[in-house]
Amino acid sequence: MKIIAPLVMSAAMAGLAGGALAQSFDDPKEFQAAKDLLAMTPQGPADKPWLQHLDGKEVDTSQYKKPGPYRICFSNAGVDNPWRVVGWTTMQAQVDVLKSDIQSFTVADAQGKDDKQISDINAFVSSGNCDALIVSPNTTAALTPAVEAACKRLPVVVFDRGVLTQCPVTFINPVGGYGWGIQTANFIVSKLPKGGKVLALRILPGVDVLETRWSAANRIFKENGVNVVGAEFTNGDNAKTKAIVDDYINRFGNIDAVWMDAGATAVAALEAFEDAGKPYPIITGEDQEDFLKKWKEKGLTAMAPTYPTYQWRTPVIAAVEILKGEPVIGPAWKLPQPVIMQTDLDKYVDNSMPPLHYAMCGCKDLPGYPQRWGGK
Amino acid sequence: MTIALKEIGPRSRAVAAVRRINVAVVVFLAFYLAIGLLQPAYLEPAGVMNFLRRAAPLAILASGQLFVLVSGGFDLSVGSLVTLTVIGGSMLTANDPSKTWWAIGALYGIGLVVGLINGAVVAYLRTPSIIATLGTLLSVNGAAMMWSGGSPRGYLPDNFRMFGRFVFHDVPVIKIFPVAIVVLAAVAGLAWWGLHATVFGRRVFAVGDNARAAQLAGVRVEFVRLCVFAISALSAVTAGVMLGGFGGVSVDVGRGLELQAIAACVVGGVQLMGGRGALVGAVAGALTLTALFTLLTLLGWPQPLKETAQGLILIAAVAFGAWRRRRGG
Repeated sequence: MKIIAPLVMSAAMAGLAGGALAQSFDDPKEFQAAKDLLAMTPQGPADKPWLQHLDGKEVDTSQYKKPGPYRICFSNAGVDNPWRVVGWTTMQAQVDVLKSDIQSFTVADAQGKDDKQISDINAFVSSGNCDALIVSPNTTAALTPAVEAACKRLPVVVFDRGVLTQCPVTFINPVGGYGWGIQTANFIVSKLPKGGKVLALRILPGVDVLETRWSAANRIFKENGVNVVGAEFTNGDNAKTKAIVDDYINRFGNIDAVWMDAGATAVAALEAFEDAGKPYPIITGEDQEDFLKKWKEKGLTAMAPTYPTYQWRTPVIAAVEILKGEPVIGPAWKLPQPVIMQTDLDKYVDNSMPPLHYAMCGCKDLPGYPQRWGGK
Repeated sequence: MTIALKEIGPRSRAVAAVRRINVAVVVFLAFYLAIGLLQPAYLEPAGVMNFLRRAAPLAILASGQLFVLVSGGFDLSVGSLVTLTVIGGSMLTANDPSKTWWAIGALYGIGLVVGLINGAVVAYLRTPSIIATLGTLLSVNGAAMMWSGGSPRGYLPDNFRMFGRFVFHDVPVIKIFPVAIVVLAAVAGLAWWGLHATVFGRRVFAVGDNARAAQLAGVRVEFVRLCVFAISALSAVTAGVMLGGFGGVSVDVGRGLELQAIAACVVGGVQLMGGRGALVGAVAGALTLTALFTLLTLLGWPQPLKETAQGLILIAAVAFGAWRRRRGG
């Protein structure tokens, strides 16, 4: 659910931008790179994964050093889904923690529109009121020129979705879609009975981050001869998800495992099994509380991959460090991408948090937790 | 001679009885048998109950749509009203079970207002209902999107979801018994009574048959129109509560339901120009459509082929119904 329709355009645009930028959603090199990253031990403080990195190099930032406190500006792609809402809340709390270093934190919400984000970034740069700029791009190709222009005037930190330029001081993101696909498919392969039937539920086609999740998972399923009886698009809709799963249960008698490219509709998928009077399937969801609660309550055979929302903390910390002239990890800062397994489920289930809260927020030590995130 | 007469009597009565059976009932049974051949679980009592539960919302929508169609109109706004009900339900309850009852009350209130607006525009502003309710479809959908901010948020409490989802287990003989079937039976019973057993029902038929003649005969045509749209809107809210219960919060739960409800009625022998139709037909039509969707899903056809087949089978069913009616006189 974190990636919505506009991103489809990004894929299309990247395609139009020419051979050099053409994206392949099933790139064996990227797959292998993600596999290597997952095998690494993250460096940095183990209790603060948002400060950890995978095989990162430090970059010198002494050229950006200036006296504080700092004026930081943030161009946000949007807060149009629960994942971004949790991330944005976490980011604001991180700003509060660094209050003594941050004089002002100005945000422009692009509401999911490329053109608005381009003008937001231009306005920030020409205003002269920003010491550093954080960008969470709406789409990759469309935002690249605006970010390049900003790089010439002030230090830039990009996170979540990337841009097609190396100019930002650092680009922060977790292992990514291939990693997600590898983690989830390996789990299903390890638990599935011989000849078991797997149903793959996807949100929508054409979105790079989602396509790579599926291509990596499908590669592993194929390698292991897993019987994938269907891959269906749900549009992230609960009712549609439930109807699709119900249809598959009826058609095949039973489904042994459900693979999902995002967990927002995991509970709806499980309800279809409940209502049909069938045993729960092996399932991979995501770190939303509703799914984790269901998992614990019903004792499911499940795992929750994450696209951790704690990545919203890192850019704020990095921006302050850059302005202090302290070295940061760059130009690529790969964050670890943990999964929630049975053994650490209890650590993440929290009945006081709202159903669509993302447990891997790394926000428990932040001011205002849990009320600020809608908890009780 | 006498022997011959005796023989003809019962046979023609039997033929007449067969003719009276709604064509949709026959088509439905044929589809259901095909489903049963593909997946025998559907022939077990639990399978039948599950099927009925799935068909219930559409059957309820068709029962409401029937009133509008018989009066000679269309109600295209019901699908968007279903969406508004589901989204409104999640916004009003805010995941608090104690708010369920007043939220359902408020949703019926909203539905009634929408229905009365439809009815008033058609009856007093003399706008063709297909245009008036198309306008309502757009506005109601827009209102639902604005209310939710465009993406599904929140949850429906379990007691709200009960109507569409709750199932009694370990019931003798039928094994499971979904609450949705009780709702369907109640709505269908009420609709049958309203249309076929009251003076109001006869007036609905009269208005659809010939509005001018009905008016000259003393029927308050405007009032009848107002009522049929209100009834249709209330049935849409009911279907919305059921669908929200079955599937949870969803922003496009109602998309296309208005056409499915109209198609169900048409398959059930309801005449689109008004004046002719029966509740049994509308419900049987809804069951037929649900059976058709299920059948095509079980066959595992790709979506475009499924849609093509759906269209062709619908046309065939309606054409057969019309041909049979012409022959039957």
